[in-house]
Amino acid sequence: MKTLTVSTLALMLSANIAAAEGELFLYNWTDYTAPDLIEKFEAETGISVTLDTYDSNETLLAKLQSGATGYDIVVPSHNFVQIFVSEGLLQEISASELTGYENISADFASPSWDEGNVYTIPWQWGTTSFTVNTDVFGGDINTYDILFQPPAELEGKIGMFRSADEVISMAQLSLGLGLCSEDPNEMQQVLDLLLAQKDDVKTYSSDGILERLASGDVAVHQNWNGYSIRAREENPAMQYAFPKEGVITWADNIAVPVGAPNYDNAIKFVEFLMQPENIAIQSNFAGYSNGITGSADLMNDDLKAAGELSPPEGTPLVFSQTCSPAAVELQNRVWTALLQ
Amino acid sequence: MTRSRDIRWLPGFSWVTLFFFVFLYAPLIILVVFSFNASRSATVWAGFSFEWYTKAFANDDIQRAATNSVIIAIFATIAATTIATMAALTLSRNKRVKGKPVFGGVLIFPLMIPEIVTAVATLTFFAAIGLSLGLGNIIIAHTVFCIPFAYLPIRARLDGMDESLEAAAQDLYASKFTTLRLITLPLLMPGIVSGAMLAFIISLDDFIITLMVAEAGSTTLPIYIYSLVRIGITPEVNAVSTVLLGFSVIVVTLSYVIGKKNKT
Amino acid sequence: MSSIAEKLRVYTGLMPAVFVIGVFMIVPIMIIFVYSFLVAGDFGGVKPKFSTDAYVQLLFQKNLFDVSEFNPAYLIIAFRSLWIAVVTVLGCLLLGFPVAYYIASQPEDRRNLFLLLITIPFWTNLLVRTYCWILVLRDTGLINGALINMGLIDEPLTLLYTEGAVALGLIYTYVPFMVLPIYAALERLDVRLIEASRDLYANRWVTLRHVVVPLAMPGMIAGSILVFIPALGAFIAPDLLGGGKNLMLGSLVQLQFSSARNWPFGAALSMVIMAVVLLCLYAYARNVRKNGGGVQH
Repeated sequence: MKTLTVSTLALMLSANIAAAEGELFLYNWTDYTAPDLIEKFEAETGISVTLDTYDSNETLLAKLQSGATGYDIVVPSHNFVQIFVSEGLLQEISASELTGYENISADFASPSWDEGNVYTIPWQWGTTSFTVNTDVFGGDINTYDILFQPPAELEGKIGMFRSADEVISMAQLSLGLGLCSEDPNEMQQVLDLLLAQKDDVKTYSSDGILERLASGDVAVHQNWNGYSIRAREENPAMQYAFPKEGVITWADNIAVPVGAPNYDNAIKFVEFLMQPENIAIQSNFAGYSNGITGSADLMNDDLKAAGELSPPEGTPLVFSQTCSPAAVELQNRVWTALLQ
Repeated sequence: MTRSRDIRWLPGFSWVTLFFFVFLYAPLIILVVFSFNASRSATVWAGFSFEWYTKAFANDDIQRAATNSVIIAIFATIAATTIATMAALTLSRNKRVKGKPVFGGVLIFPLMIPEIVTAVATLTFFAAIGLSLGLGNIIIAHTVFCIPFAYLPIRARLDGMDESLEAAAQDLYASKFTTLRLITLPLLMPGIVSGAMLAFIISLDDFIITLMVAEAGSTTLPIYIYSLVRIGITPEVNAVSTVLLGFSVIVVTLSYVIGKKNKT
Repeated sequence: MSSIAEKLRVYTGLMPAVFVIGVFMIVPIMIIFVYSFLVAGDFGGVKPKFSTDAYVQLLFQKNLFDVSEFNPAYLIIAFRSLWIAVVTVLGCLLLGFPVAYYIASQPEDRRNLFLLLITIPFWTNLLVRTYCWILVLRDTGLINGALINMGLIDEPLTLLYTEGAVALGLIYTYVPFMVLPIYAALERLDVRLIEASRDLYANRWVTLRHVVVPLAMPGMIAGSILVFIPALGAFIAPDLLGGGKNLMLGSLVQLQFSSARNWPFGAALSMVIMAVVLLCLYAYARNVRKNGGGVQH
C-alpha cells in the first residue's frame, strides 16, 4: 500500500510538470492517431509524446474555453476552426513559413476556414453519407431517397446518427435546401420529412454503427467513409453512397492551443506532419485522405483502391458549415420536436 | 440440506439470488468470449485468436488509462468513505446536532445534479481557482460525487443498529473513543464495506465528469472507451476489460482467503 | 466563548463533508444557477445578460415561426423519464430485496464473498456491459437465435430498442445500489426476532412482512434514492438499448451543453430536476415516517 501511495504521488507530480523539456501533449479524437506515426516522431526528435483523447468538438471547445491548458496539439474540425479562433483559443503558427508547407495540396492550402493557414494545417478529411447493405437492396444507392423515401426492402431498417446537425443537413440536401437555414418555412419542411421518416428508422445512434450493419440489425446507416471501408472489408456487400444531391464533406485540422507548454515541439510536430511519408502512415491507419501532395503514392494498396475515398465526378462536395446561433436554435426546435 | 431447517429460509429467495447472479454475469461471459474474437468486431464472432491481448499489452495508452482509473478509484473511495463515515456517525449518534435534515440534504446533494452539469460546473470552478493537480483534480471531483454513495449504506446500517451496546459500554466507563473503536465501528463495518464498494465502482466507471475535469496526461479508461464507441468497440477493449476482471477476481479471492485465515 | 467552541465541536465530524461538498459542489452549482438566468453564448457558454428565457422555455416555446405557444415536449420527456425511473426502482426492489435477504442470512465469510461477487462485474465499463446486452437482445441476438433454433418462433421478437430493453438495462446498471444498502440494514437481523415471531405462530411470510421488512426499510429507502436519481438522468441505456427515438431527461440536458449550445437552458433544466427530486425525497421521507415504516427518529 505504501509503495502504491508513493508511486501514485510520483505519477501525480509527473502529470503536473507538463512543461518539462522534450515533451508533447497531443489531444485528439480516439483511435484517430496512428501509433507508428507517434513512434516515428519520437524516434526522430527524441520528444516524448503523451496522447489524450476526446469525443467531440464541443468537449474540446468547452475545455479550452474554461482555460484548461497543458495540451500542445488539438484537432478541431473545419467548421469549428473559426469558432476556436474567434474565441481566442488558438495560437498563430504561420504554417506558410514552416518547412514543408509547399506540400499542402491546392485544395487544402489556405482553406476558407483558415485563410493563409495562419492557425492550422490539414490532418485528415473525409465525407459523411451512408452505407447500404447491397444484399438487402440492389438498386441505385446514390441518392438521399434511400434514407428519406426508402424502398420497401429498407423500411424499418434505417440507422441515423444521433446528432441534430448531421441528420438535418442530409434532410436539407435531400430537399434541395441550403445548410444552416434560418428560414422557418424551410425548417418546417425538414421537420415534416424527418417525422415521415421516423417510422422507418430503427435507431438514432452515432455509436456502434459497424456492429449494427454487420449483424443485420439495420441495412442502411449514416456513416463516415473511413468506417464504411472497415464495414466493406468485413462484408463486401456494404457499399458507401455518394448521393448525387451532394455529399457532406469535413476536414479535421492540426492546431496549437493558446497556453501550449511546448510550443516549439508542437511546431516540430506540425512540420513533421507536412512530410508526405509521415502523414501517409496516418492515412493508412485511419483510412481517411489527407491534404498533403505526394502521400497518395505511399498509401497501402487497399486504401488506394478504396472507392470510398474518391467521390465520382460530378457529385458536389458540400463542406459542412458553422451555423449561426439563429440556425442552431431552429435546428434544436426541429430535433426536440422530432424526438419528444 | 440444512437450508430448509434454517428458520430464516424463505422459499424462492435462493432461486432469485441464483437468477440475480446469472443476470449479473451473463453479459460478462459474452464479453470474455469476444475478447478472443479474430475479427475487429466485438459482437460478431469470427474465430478464436489471442491477437487482441497482444495488442492491448502493447498499447501504452490503454494501460496508462487503466492504471489511472484504478489509482483514482482507490483514493476517491478512501476519502469519500472516511468523510461519509464521520458524517453519518455524527448525524445519527450526536443528539446535540441541529439541522439534521439540512446536513442530510447536503450529503446527498452531489447525487441530485445531472452529471453533465456537475462536470461543466466543476470544470468552470477548477479553472476559476486555478486548481491544477493532475490526477488530483479528478480525485477531488470523484470524492465529491462518491460521498452520497458511501454515506447512504452507512447511514442505513446506523439507523437500524441497536444503540444499547454502545450505551452499555459507556455505562462501563469506556471512553467515547474506545466505544467507537471497539463497539460502534465493528458493528458498522458491513455498512462501511457496502458504501466503499459502491463508491469504488462509481468512481471506476465515471465518464462525463472525468472527461471534463481531466488535465493533459490523465486520460482514464472510461474516457478511452467512450470515445472509441464512435467506431464501435473492438475486442481490444474486451481484452482489457477481461484483464481487469481477472485482476478483480484475484483481489476478491485473496481478500476472501485472508479473511478466512484471520478467523481461524 | 468556550460554550460556542463546545457547541461547534459537536459538528466536527460533519466538517470534512460540509467542506468538500460545499466548496467543490455547492459553489460550482451556484455558478450554474447564475448561468440559468443568463443568455446563451453563440458557441456554448453564456453572455452576461439577465434573462428568464431559459425557464420560460420549459413550458412555452416559440414555434418555428417565432410565435410563443404552450409546448408540452419537455413535460412529455420528463414524465417518460420519471416513469422509467419508477419502473427501475420497483424492479431493483423486487430483485434486490430477496437477494439482500438471502445474502444476509448466510454465514459471515460467505456473505462477504457474495458482496464481492456483486461488485466484480462493475470492474468492466458500463458501456461495454451495455453492448453485451445488445448482443443478447437484438433481432439476430442470442435470445432470438435460441428461440428460433428451438422452433418456438419463426420471426425474431423485437426485444431491442423497446422500453422494456431500457428498463432491463437500467435495472442491470443500478441493482447493486439497491442490494448493498438493504444488505447493510439486514445484516444485523437477529435470528431471535424471527424465532420469537415464529413462536407466536406467525408463518414465514407474516414474519417477513412484520419483522424483516420494517428492519430492511432504512436500506430500502437508501437504495431507492440511489437508484431513482441516477436512473432519472441516465442516458447510456436509453440511447443504446432504447434506440434513441425518444429523448430522456439525461440526454436532453447533455444536448444543451453540447451541440444545442444552450447552457442556460441546460442549467435551468437541471435546477428544475433538482427541485423536483428534492420535493420527491421530502414527500417520500414524510410519508415513510407517517406510516411508521420502521425508521427511527
